[in-house]
Amino acid sequence: MSHSLLALPAGFDIKAAHVAAQWKCEKPLNCCRIDAKSQFVLVGGEWATPERVNIADGKIVKLEGGHESWVFDAAWSADSTRCVTSGGDGRLVWWDLTSEKPVKLHLVQAHKGWIRTLSVSPDGKTLASGGNDGQIRLWNMADAKPLATITASKRDIYRTVFSPDGKLIASGDLMGAVVAWNVADGKETARYDAKPLHTYEGGQQVDFGGVRALAYTPDSKLLAAGGLYKATNPLGAVHEPIGLVFQTSDKKMIRQWVANAIPGGIFWSFRWLADGSLVGASGGSTGGFLLFFKPDGDKEIHRLGLPNILRDMDLAADGLTIATAHHDRHLRITRLIAKKA
Amino acid sequence: MKRNCDYACHSPEHKIARRQFMGTMAAGSIVGGLGVFTGPGAAGALKSQQKRVVVFNMYGGLSQLESWDPKPGTDTGGPFRSIETSVPGIRISELMPETAKVMHHLCLVRGVNTSEDDHGKGGYMMLTGRRQSPAAEYPQIGSVMAKALADEQNSLPGHILITPGGGGGRGNEAAYLGPRFSSLAVGGGKPPQNTERPGSISEADESLRQDIRREAAKKFLNRRRTAMTDAYTHSYELALRLMTQRDSFDIAKEPQRDQDRYGKSDLGRQCLLGRRLLEKGATFVQITHSNYDTHNENFNFHLEQVGEFDRPYATFIADLAERGMLESTLVVVLSEFGRTPGINLYYGRDHWSRAWTVAMAGCGVIKGAAYGKTGPKGTEVTDGQVDHANLFHTYLSAVGLQSNESFDIDGRDMPMADPASKPIKAILA
Repeated sequence: MSHSLLALPAGFDIKAAHVAAQWKCEKPLNCCRIDAKSQFVLVGGEWATPERVNIADGKIVKLEGGHESWVFDAAWSADSTRCVTSGGDGRLVWWDLTSEKPVKLHLVQAHKGWIRTLSVSPDGKTLASGGNDGQIRLWNMADAKPLATITASKRDIYRTVFSPDGKLIASGDLMGAVVAWNVADGKETARYDAKPLHTYEGGQQVDFGGVRALAYTPDSKLLAAGGLYKATNPLGAVHEPIGLVFQTSDKKMIRQWVANAIPGGIFWSFRWLADGSLVGASGGSTGGFLLFFKPDGDKEIHRLGLPNILRDMDLAADGLTIATAHHDRHLRITRLIAKKA
Repeated sequence: MKRNCDYACHSPEHKIARRQFMGTMAAGSIVGGLGVFTGPGAAGALKSQQKRVVVFNMYGGLSQLESWDPKPGTDTGGPFRSIETSVPGIRISELMPETAKVMHHLCLVRGVNTSEDDHGKGGYMMLTGRRQSPAAEYPQIGSVMAKALADEQNSLPGHILITPGGGGGRGNEAAYLGPRFSSLAVGGGKPPQNTERPGSISEADESLRQDIRREAAKKFLNRRRTAMTDAYTHSYELALRLMTQRDSFDIAKEPQRDQDRYGKSDLGRQCLLGRRLLEKGATFVQITHSNYDTHNENFNFHLEQVGEFDRPYATFIADLAERGMLESTLVVVLSEFGRTPGINLYYGRDHWSRAWTVAMAGCGVIKGAAYGKTGPKGTEVTDGQVDHANLFHTYLSAVGLQSNESFDIDGRDMPMADPASKPIKAILA
């Protein structure tokens, strides 16, 4: 059964996935977000300056003067003229991208500590930010006005995502708690047990793992959460990627996706594809991979090895273009379509 | 046998170190194969001052860049910012806001270069002040301080190791000083295990049992006394004393307000226990905080670990200062080494011993200072370079010991610290 409500793009073929372009940025990358028109990618990396990369030619525009720390996530306005970036400085910065040099519109000290995750509601009006202070904050995307605060966890919020109807915002934290919150009143509506994504290693005495990836199916019937497990040596990068699939109707976990022969990896990002499969971006000591799964099977149905370890991934609205952020400073563009002759 | 006789005879010449015997040793130096001072005046004065030492061992290798020597905005700086402290001009990582408030009590040694990136070897060097050698084992700082500073009549052990589970210690950490100066490991803020007299044994019966044991031991020791038998006897007497000191290890006896101030974490309980033990007269306490060996996700782990360290440590320093104990207590924060300025593929930092920081506070060291300097990216020491041996000398000097003096072990001079090195005089108060 497919949970996709999307029309299959012409030529869509995950087995034909290939890297179509790669563009070098200034520093090792942490995140990447594609705009609605599939023209640009915002990237943040191991420095305070986000960059906008033109997918077609790799031309880079720097967004300077907004942050004092690394940039961990970014979000686009629906019309691609503005964006918001978040960083380790706890700031949200709204940018106007219509002129040649990006203009800072608003700078908000939004969270205490890092803001690891941003997401935009399907109607483009509301921005959600999730921070190390355990809070989800909702903002008016248009003018940066705060709308609501949800105290979601006692620990770091790693990932947030809106449900396809925009009524819920789901959060995932360090401890493997996945919770859906009602956007209208901030109340908890569902809690999913994603504890396999959390590790406490007694010898090393560290909490580790967390919900690094989170994605609803377009029909909202499934929620996939990803991260790592088998963390036998968290401090030494020995852990494997894992995805958990929950039914939203009864909150039951129906599937555990594990990768074959990736002893060092984390799922950093999930995206559902038009054919009802899911692509997971795994990066770790084994390398960088795009792994494809179906919700009715435990095993990956395809994988694409990438040239370098990755840390984030996004899917363009065209359903065919994938951006990945890599440690070797490259933004890579993968196409789910046969190579042009 | 001669060796046993040498050890046990208590003749005057065997109480005096060779160098002192030769007239080259200053009065008050530390000698004595049985752990006694032969300069009773100076020794008594030192002990009456109740000098104490606390070591925070940041096991695995604390990142200097995420703690004492941040380089924000550089390629090596990582995502954390620096913050101002109570000392103008000294900035530390934003992960340590509470520590920043007590910086006027601290002395940062930012130019440490130990040139050893192996955990075992680095840890050995930092705790003994020497490089490992197949030719000799050297005692750790806790054993040295216990021998040099602890009062024989103190009912608490001279060398206490606090770990989360109460494990560790009792290895060869005392080396030639003998097992009686090895550590007692405790944890969890509870009294040591097996220190309660079983209810089925009356106090009178217990007393009789011990008398019989002492009598038997006495007969045995008259003919076969060695360091090992001494330690064996000592451990019994220590255990008996511990049975009367159970409360000293019980942080539940501390006011609830203080328990709240130190927090619920393992380290919070350990710090409160450390304070309690110092107040009860402990000489040396080592608190271990684990684990900083962050080859993977260095920043997430330091967020957790340094975040956990900050409040209890700062509270500990502030409490000692407020109670007038910091002047007589040396507090050291050390690791095996620091971590690489370069950030690896996994957001990790690897081992880096060429430019890192040790923090000191209290007894005998200057306050509100940063000694030594690293370059803009933290890759090398540019000023005030010191090593493990300099630091070891400095710890000894700070508590009033002559760090170039020796222990007399069976008639052999055993220098307390590496004779080829010397203290960092610039930071001694």
